[in-house]
Amino acid sequence: MHIAEGFLPAPHAIGWTVAAAPFVVHGARAVVREVREHPESTLLLGAAGAFTFVLSAIKLPSVTGSSSHPTGTGAGAVLFRPPVMALLGTVVLLFQALLLAHGGLTTLGANAFAFAVVGPWAGYGAYRLARALGAGLLPGVFVALALADLATYVTTSLQLALAFPDAASGFAGAAVKFLGVFALTQVPLAVAEGLLGVLLFRVLTVSARPDLERLGLLAPAPAEERG
Amino acid sequence: MTRRRLVTALLVLAVLALVALPLAFRGDAGYAGTDGQASAAIEESGYTPWFESVFAPSSKEVESGLFALQAAVGGGVLGYVLGRLRGRRRAAPPERQPTDET
Repeated sequence: MHIAEGFLPAPHAIGWTVAAAPFVVHGARAVVREVREHPESTLLLGAAGAFTFVLSAIKLPSVTGSSSHPTGTGAGAVLFRPPVMALLGTVVLLFQALLLAHGGLTTLGANAFAFAVVGPWAGYGAYRLARALGAGLLPGVFVALALADLATYVTTSLQLALAFPDAASGFAGAAVKFLGVFALTQVPLAVAEGLLGVLLFRVLTVSARPDLERLGLLAPAPAEERG
Repeated sequence: MTRRRLVTALLVLAVLALVALPLAFRGDAGYAGTDGQASAAIEESGYTPWFESVFAPSSKEVESGLFALQAAVGGGVLGYVLGRLRGRRRAAPPERQPTDET
């Protein structure tokens, strides 16, 4: 989903940067507030950031014969709500743009909008919907991570279609072309990412149960057990 | 406990299968990165990028090394946090001990 450096016309690059900036600033404030009010959250915040850091570094082969990487932004969105991931995701993108020539500074806004804003919100929305429909924590985590992954790549496809509409078929034709590159390849990877998220949260439900209860992910244990 | 371990093993196997099966059945496919394919499609339409990366790894080897570094840092931090959480949980008073039957 990394739009390469210089690959968006300047008006698009500026437009997406302006669109993403308020989310990132709001996200930075959300992180600071979380750490100040709940210092015990720092560990889990680190886990959420590290999860994205690992997953977005690993390119995996897919059934389409292309390879692509997961995003890992859904985990933090479920734990701390999406604004936190707007900051953490952008930090990951900045690292890759500066050190790996992957993505870029001119396309940072567009990439952040797809990876750190739309992905986490889509995942969080799917999680809330699943829980409202009676699903447990782990199924909710699965749909959240899979959808955050997929939504990021769909957004990238639409951003590119907007910037490079097809000469004959316009925006729609270009959208089909870029979705053909990104979306289909991403489906098995999104499923794999959902399963990885379930593995992570299976560990967290045991090791970090009090944190998950405080964050509202799990119902508190019955009072008599608390002593 | 054994059921819990079985589920964990099955989840790990499923993730591995999703990644390994394409390689096993379509070993001849190029597995080019989708990001690169999109860039190529854009350049085909006659567009030339107007900005260069400030820093680019000088070779494929250096680049994959830096990607490995990113994964290692992430994996290291994640492992540290999970270890800390587990240790904190174990040191907690008995009534807050984890229940493993979930």
